Parts: sequence; structure tokens; C-alpha cells
Amino acid sequence: MSVLDKPASRPSFLKRAWSFVVELWGVLIRPSSVFGLGVLVLAGFAAGVIFWGGFNTALELTNTEKFCTSCHEMHDNVFQELRSTIHFTNRSGVRATCPDCHVPHNWTDKIARKMQASKEVWGHLFGFIDTREKFVDKRLDLALHEWARFKANDSLECRNCHSAQSMDITKQSPRAAVAHERFLFPGEKTCIDCHKGIAHRLPDMRGVPGWQ
Amino acid sequence: MIRKSAIALLVAAIAVGTGTLAAQTLNSGLRGPTPLNDEGPAPPMTSPRNTSEREVRNYPEQPPVIPHSIDGYQIDLNSNKCLSCHARARTAESRAPMVSITHFMDRDGQFLASISPRRFFCTECHVPQNAANPPVSNDFVDIDTMLSRATPGGRR
Repeated sequence: MSVLDKPASRPSFLKRAWSFVVELWGVLIRPSSVFGLGVLVLAGFAAGVIFWGGFNTALELTNTEKFCTSCHEMHDNVFQELRSTIHFTNRSGVRATCPDCHVPHNWTDKIARKMQASKEVWGHLFGFIDTREKFVDKRLDLALHEWARFKANDSLECRNCHSAQSMDITKQSPRAAVAHERFLFPGEKTCIDCHKGIAHRLPDMRGVPGWQ
Repeated sequence: MIRKSAIALLVAAIAVGTGTLAAQTLNSGLRGPTPLNDEGPAPPMTSPRNTSEREVRNYPEQPPVIPHSIDGYQIDLNSNKCLSCHARARTAESRAPMVSITHFMDRDGQFLASISPRRFFCTECHVPQNAANPPVSNDFVDIDTMLSRATPGGRR
């Protein structure tokens, strides 16, 4: 076995990768000799529009109730529970869909949440909660995440529709009016502190502050 | 002969009687004019009384009625929405009446640290009230009224 038997002229992977990067850089910084500047600018603009539009379209497609409930985990558990609550059926017919409460409406926060949600895709692929029993066992964890998020952003997703400034407490029941005046308006509590479990059934609440 | 005519008379009487009965629409306060073999239209649902004002009990043992709406309140193995206001530790903040101490007793009369499991399901006894028109009137008189009626102006 001599050195000559091996293709010794072939350099290591790192060296090859580096030389490719150097070559690519050379191509990128060299002015084009084929396409005019105008062509390059217009093509770049068109590609940008297509990329950005496509990105946002895909983003909005994953932000619909239809997409959320296409997984049986969501459709068979939490979506069925939502259907009997006031956020699904009510006197005026205005309703909230999944992303209205579970995805921030602000763009930056939305992207951050979407990146977090990649774990949920992982969970779906590997069946973290693919049976009712697994879902019920995991339910408290899942709920705690959502409550923590609402608490941290001062119930922002509630307030996208329910503004404290626009709340006419004279139209509320005396009990609600008193509670909102004492806790919501001074900022002592936020929506989720009292309104847990309004859109879905509650998990085992032992140990959750304010519950028995 | 007499017997035959009596039977004929009886048959005629029954025929006339059933005829008039069938022609009549049975009108009761509960059913309205709907025929017995039909299902009448359901009366519109009334909204729950939502004043939050405590209501007087009609007799001392009566479970107090709920003076507010309890739509969507979850009471099951996992949680009890009522207790998030009416539990002992929550009443300072909620200003709701505390669950009676009798609800802490087990079946042997021993007091437990919190609500006894057999008293956990509030709506078994406590119910919200609707502003419905009762189809049957009620002439219930509470004991105070009855005693003062027995001895007007007298000692009770």
C-alpha cells in the first residue's frame, strides 16, 4: 500500500468547501458581463416581490383555523371544546378562530411564535399527543405554557378584541363590573388571571394559583 | 226488551260523548292548545337572573339560589369554577360568600380541611334563577308569615 494508490491529490472536505466559497465570492463580486444593470435590478425586484409575497402567503395559510384543525390532535380535542363556548357561537355571530388567541398579531412576535411552533410540528410527526389519553396527560403542561404566555404579554391576544378603554361596565352584570373596576382597570390583574378555561376545558387545576 | 234499549242508549251516549271530547281541543295551562299527540312549539328560553343580589331563602334549610349566570362554568374532577370565588381562601379577593362550613363535614360529621368530596358538585343543590313565568302558580307561605297569621300581633 503506497501513497500513490490513494487519490492523494483530492484535498480534504474542509479545503474543498473553502475553495468553493472563495470561488463563489469571486463570482459574486465580479460585475456581470452578460446582463445589463437594469435587468439585474428588475429581476432582483421581481424575485424579491415573489419571495416576500410567497413567504407571507404561506405564513397566513398556516394562520387559519382550517390549517390548525387539519391535525386530528387539534380537531378532536381543543376544537370540539371551543365549539360550545361563547368564542364560537354567540348572539352577534362574531367569532374567534384559533390564531386570534394563540398567535400574536404583531409581525415580529408572530414570527417568533411561528418559530416556536416548529416544536409542535415535531410533536405532531412523532405523536406526542396522538391519542386522547396522551393529550389529557399532557394537558396541564400545554395549558401552563399558554397561561404563561398570556401573563407575560398582559393578555395581548384578548386585548386585540376586548379593550379595557372601550369596555362599558354599565352594560355588564354588577359582578363583572365590580371585578373589572377593581382588578382590570388598575392593572392589578390581567384577563387570563380570572378567565382561564373560557374557550377550552380545564386540566387538573390542583396547584394552580386561585384554584382548588 | 228494556235491556236492549238500555244498551242502545248507552252506546249512543258513549258515541256522543267521545265525539264531543274528540272535537274539543284540550286546553291546559301547561300544554296550551296543542293536541295531546303533538309536540307544541318550545317556549323561548329566558335569560338567567344576573343581579348578584343575594336572595332570601324560603325556609332555613333551602340551599341558597345562585343570583348570577353560570354559563360555561366547569365543575368536574379537574376543576370547580365556583370555588375560584367561593372557596374560603378566595373570599377576601372575590367578596363572594364563603361555602358553608357544613360543606366541610364528611358523612360522620367530621370537619375536613376543605370541601368534602360529597359536597363538591355545587349545582346538585344550588341553581341559577331564570325570569320565567311559572305555568302553575305556587301558594307557598313561609313559616314567619304563617306564624304571624296564626297569632296576629302575638308573640312568635
